[in-house]
Amino acid sequence: MGRYVARRLLQMIPVFIGTTLLIFLMVYALPGDPVRGLFGDKGASPAVLESLRHEYGLDKPVLVQYWDYMQNIVLHFDFGTQIASGRPVTDILGEAFPVTLRLAGLAFLIEATLGILLGVVAGLRAGKAADTAVLFLTLLLISVPVFVLGYIFQTVFAFQLGWLEPSVVDDTDFMQLLMPALVLACASLAYVARLTRTSVAENMRADYLRTAVAKGLPRRRIISVHLMRNSLIPVVTFLGTDIGALMGGAIVTEGIFNIHGVGGTIYESIVRREGTTLVGLVTILVLVYLVMSLIVDLLYAVLDPRIRYA
Amino acid sequence: MTIIEDTAPVPAPGGSGDAPLLEVRDLHVEFHTREGVVKAVNGVNYNVHAGETLAVLGESGSGKSVTAQAIMGILDMPPARIPQGEILFRGQDMLKMSAEERRKIRGRKIAMIFQDALSSLNPVLSVGYQLGEMFRVHQGLSKKEAKAKAVELMDRVKIPAAAARVDDFPHQFSGGMRQRIMIAMALALEPDLIIADEPTTALDVTVQAQVMDLLAELQREYNMGLILITHDLGVVADVADKIAVMYAGRIVERAPVHELYKRPAHPYTRGLLDSIPRLDQKGQELYAIKGLPPNLLRIPSGCAFNPRCPKAQDVCRTDVPPLYEVTEPDGTPLAGRNSACHFWKETIHG
Repeated sequence: MGRYVARRLLQMIPVFIGTTLLIFLMVYALPGDPVRGLFGDKGASPAVLESLRHEYGLDKPVLVQYWDYMQNIVLHFDFGTQIASGRPVTDILGEAFPVTLRLAGLAFLIEATLGILLGVVAGLRAGKAADTAVLFLTLLLISVPVFVLGYIFQTVFAFQLGWLEPSVVDDTDFMQLLMPALVLACASLAYVARLTRTSVAENMRADYLRTAVAKGLPRRRIISVHLMRNSLIPVVTFLGTDIGALMGGAIVTEGIFNIHGVGGTIYESIVRREGTTLVGLVTILVLVYLVMSLIVDLLYAVLDPRIRYA
Repeated sequence: MTIIEDTAPVPAPGGSGDAPLLEVRDLHVEFHTREGVVKAVNGVNYNVHAGETLAVLGESGSGKSVTAQAIMGILDMPPARIPQGEILFRGQDMLKMSAEERRKIRGRKIAMIFQDALSSLNPVLSVGYQLGEMFRVHQGLSKKEAKAKAVELMDRVKIPAAAARVDDFPHQFSGGMRQRIMIAMALALEPDLIIADEPTTALDVTVQAQVMDLLAELQREYNMGLILITHDLGVVADVADKIAVMYAGRIVERAPVHELYKRPAHPYTRGLLDSIPRLDQKGQELYAIKGLPPNLLRIPSGCAFNPRCPKAQDVCRTDVPPLYEVTEPDGTPLAGRNSACHFWKETIHG
């Protein structure tokens, strides 16, 4: 077990280098120039541009830039400086991350509870009306784009019913984050519900469940102990890897509800060709992904004793 | 010649008088599917006394397992339906009981052993938990007490180092050991009746014998009734008291075990016996009953076996044979022997 974890952690190093390099190169390949962008339409003297480029190290070959950048991250935990504002990228991250974490956390909670609940209800009644209703609803949630869903929610819950704020003013207030979290959770929720449904329906037909019935166990126990443990194994895998997606994939939702989280910052950085900021943000998201997939794999072994890591 | 409607109980060895433990009367089970109504069980009668072993023999699709599941009350209804029949346990019709009453019989009074122990045990729960669960749910024991009982049970079914293995999971045991755990689970609350549905089919031959011996030994010890469902004539011979042979959802022959082997009274039983490989016939082609088991959506008219029967006559294609009482040529009744063949006399004596 310990050796397995150590090996997995070591494996993260090449993945980490690979992804950061890839993103660095992609940003470099994009047309546009962050330094020129600072001056807008007015333009600046070539000497000024040259000295700014030199200051940010943009005049060096791309691989050297990457090497310096990685050195700073690893040795000084320095993610560079945001060119537009001149502030350290770590500060930007420190502002954006907690917001995203709250939003993603709330969305994850909604996704897990509602998704599993709907899935279990449908799975236990496979082929009946409740099942069909859940399948239809989830299909709808999967097919409607996030921005459409966001505006519908805003119109209905904020403007017509007046239950919730239309946009987020205070991003520490969970009541204000509720609607964006719901919008963010919707698609994943539908996947979780469908995955749970299939898994439950399949396990309902399993031999060991027939044994549980033959043992004379009460229905509640058959479902909660025997059925759920087995049915949730694939769902846990999905939920774990989805945390990463929830954190990085909130660009549209953050835009609709005026939230200044990681998604919005990534978007701004792309528009401004801010390689350093972008790589910093994505690096952290990559780390979240890697750590979550490791946790999921370890959880797997806890849920299913047939899986052992050596 | 008399035609009997009901079962003639065989005095059971060590049995408790006349009243059978379990009595299945004219049971019908059908499945409603998209293709039509599958008539899986069509009027089965049998009974089991305490301490007695009834072997139910038949090919797949003969209705032997469905009958057992109807007794346990673990059929999925729908699609299954029981349009007719009674299942009397200690004189009470279980089909008329509430779901809760039936649940309390399951595991406590009637227990079941399934064919494939690996898929029949929950893969993510330890065997100790699964065994202990019986005591926790039915007797309200604490987790700790239940675990101690589980170890005791594993000892009973001769699992080596039971105390050390109680926390292991099903996949960590061998096939034979897993089936022993299934037996232990069925045995946990000392039920009156155990239904074993092909308990040794998934095991290799040497292990089969061990598991069968263990089951027979425990049955004697607790004086339980045992319904042994199998398609393997070899398994049956040593342990069963009486045999019911099923075909297309009906009992076609009923007999005390050794009588059946000596003198089958139904062409289907004869065919089954002839298709057992024998050492003295080494090198010869193995006998097989020609044709295929009938499609239960369209059971042949008359005797369901007629399309495959070497002795079929016109009457076999038109009239359903009742369960005749089988006698000696001089008319002396043979206790507990019935045959659903119009020509049982020719079959047994000719």
